[in-house]
Amino acid sequence: MSAMETVASPAISVQEQPGRNALSEPAMIRWLLTGVALLFLGFFLFLPLLAVFGQALEKGFSAYLAAIREPDCRAAIRLTLLVAAISVPLNLVFGVAAGWAVTKFRFPGKNLLVTLIDLPFSVSPIISGLIYVLVFGLQGWLGPWLYEHDIKIIFAVPGIILATIFVTFPFVARELIALMQAQGSDEEEAAMVLGANGFQIFWRVTFPNIRWGIIYGVILCNARAMGEFGAVSVVSGHIRGMTNTIPLHVEILYNEYNFAAAFAVASLLALLALATLAVKSLVEWKMRSPRPVRKPAQCAST
Amino acid sequence: MRIDLEKISKRFGDFHALNDISLNIPSGGLTALLGPSGSGKTTLLRVIAGLESPDSGRILFDGEDTTSSHVSERRVGFVFQHYALFRHMTVIENVAFGLRVRPRKDRPSKKEILERVNDLLHLLQLENFSDRYPAQLSGGQRQRVALARALAVEPQVMLLDEPFGALDAKIRLELRRWLRRLHDKINLTSIFVTHDQEEALEVADIVVITNEGRIEQVGTPEQVYESPANPFVMDFLGHVNLFRGRVHSGLAYLEGIELPAPEHHAAEDVPAVGYVRPHDLVLERKATGSGSIRATVERTQIVGSVVRVSLTINGNHEIIEAELSRDLFQKLALEKGERVYVRPRNVRVFADDDIQA
Repeated sequence: MSAMETVASPAISVQEQPGRNALSEPAMIRWLLTGVALLFLGFFLFLPLLAVFGQALEKGFSAYLAAIREPDCRAAIRLTLLVAAISVPLNLVFGVAAGWAVTKFRFPGKNLLVTLIDLPFSVSPIISGLIYVLVFGLQGWLGPWLYEHDIKIIFAVPGIILATIFVTFPFVARELIALMQAQGSDEEEAAMVLGANGFQIFWRVTFPNIRWGIIYGVILCNARAMGEFGAVSVVSGHIRGMTNTIPLHVEILYNEYNFAAAFAVASLLALLALATLAVKSLVEWKMRSPRPVRKPAQCAST
Repeated sequence: MRIDLEKISKRFGDFHALNDISLNIPSGGLTALLGPSGSGKTTLLRVIAGLESPDSGRILFDGEDTTSSHVSERRVGFVFQHYALFRHMTVIENVAFGLRVRPRKDRPSKKEILERVNDLLHLLQLENFSDRYPAQLSGGQRQRVALARALAVEPQVMLLDEPFGALDAKIRLELRRWLRRLHDKINLTSIFVTHDQEEALEVADIVVITNEGRIEQVGTPEQVYESPANPFVMDFLGHVNLFRGRVHSGLAYLEGIELPAPEHHAAEDVPAVGYVRPHDLVLERKATGSGSIRATVERTQIVGSVVRVSLTINGNHEIIEAELSRDLFQKLALEKGERVYVRPRNVRVFADDDIQA
């Protein structure tokens, strides 16, 4: 044992010397690689972001505000918030249910379900929109029946919500399945042996372990729900003030050569993206920390 | 509480985890389920807990059929192999969990809960860690928290799955003695699963040896070690040397020596194998009568307080191993390549048809 330690110690002292590492490259190569990466990021990510805000404020701050306060734009913002407010909670419920089902039970067709959950990620958004047109559109399967009963889905708000739900389907579910599979079901079994019922097991054992995963999935889901263009574009019908979401409104303004207004509205989405990134990093940091951040409570009542 | 298992079978797909198992576990004792991995011992424990339901058979707690009652109604304490502590709860919250989730009418008051939890933390020497999270504890401490949490609900029976499996060797040794003392103090019917024969023999009152979903032998540590029921048990409970030969009307003929084998008095010249533990091989410089086999020393190895001597019997390349004290080894002054005489004691002879069974 002591012989092994004496053999091992020189290797450690080598590693501790600053700047001496078997994997490190000559200085020039290091600078070159770092420089290329930074240049690339700056050119493709940072510059466009600056351009959005630059263009948006080109005609001054009052023009910026006017573009956002304009009634059609306000309607687009309202619609986007409505769509997110409906599709995100639904996907949250679905995601938790799917995570629970996939990780805690054995059932036939489980692998198929897990694969299907990823479908919206692998299919083009245009197709995601088209499938609803094919099902609910006038020429579609259910179209004539819906027309007879005066129910509008395509080129109306329900269609936009359906398309958004489809596109944002995987975010919460994927996150939770990965997390819950890694955690296993030992703690749930322990709670069951101790006499907890199903609700208590979920609320007191499962949920605290997955809450950061839920938040992580929800913010990504929300960002996508508000920013989705392709699928929504197919089912929306682009009726100003009625079925236009923020991304669609940006497109309309842009096509009318109203660049300042287009970028002003686009900057809202850019801000949403930045806020999402900030929350995402915070959550990632919390998920990585080994212990709960909550202060230890003296046998806190529950 | 007495536990009776009647003809329990359990399959996972094509795999027979438990094959028609019947077993009586006496009240108040500490029983070990011992077997190699895949022998069904953990499944058996989970069936008793109610975490798995058997495909057929009955489980009786104190004579009462509990086969179909839910795990939460069985009042069992279960300590999981990796403890399964609630990672977002402190030690005290972990231990209190089972009491706090009770329906209001059965739930003790907050003060009573706190008292009982503190008593348990005291019993398990955990008072100083009550506000820590599981991630802040060592393996041994986590295991004690798991025990305290299971004991808090005042179970009728305690089930432990590989309780020392995740600990390092030294703590393992301390903890198993400590567990034995704890058991003697609270006297709760307990069953633990292990694959370590030393652990089972040292700690348990009754050892149940399982293999391929069946029970090979049930008995006290002394019974199973001194009178193993079959070659599997003999082999599993420690190192053995094999001497091949034949038995005929109560006598075994192995490697040129003759030994009494009264249990085979009816055998008529059938192939047989003699099993001898390394410490039952006596090494001598000179042959004593007809009970000695000539052998050659291949290797000697000092292992702590004993010396292991590897030998080959002339004309046979199979290595046999003898174990002797350092004193005796020095007295004999054995060198590699030297000739020596081996006299087997306590030979267990099994005829070939026993071995296949």
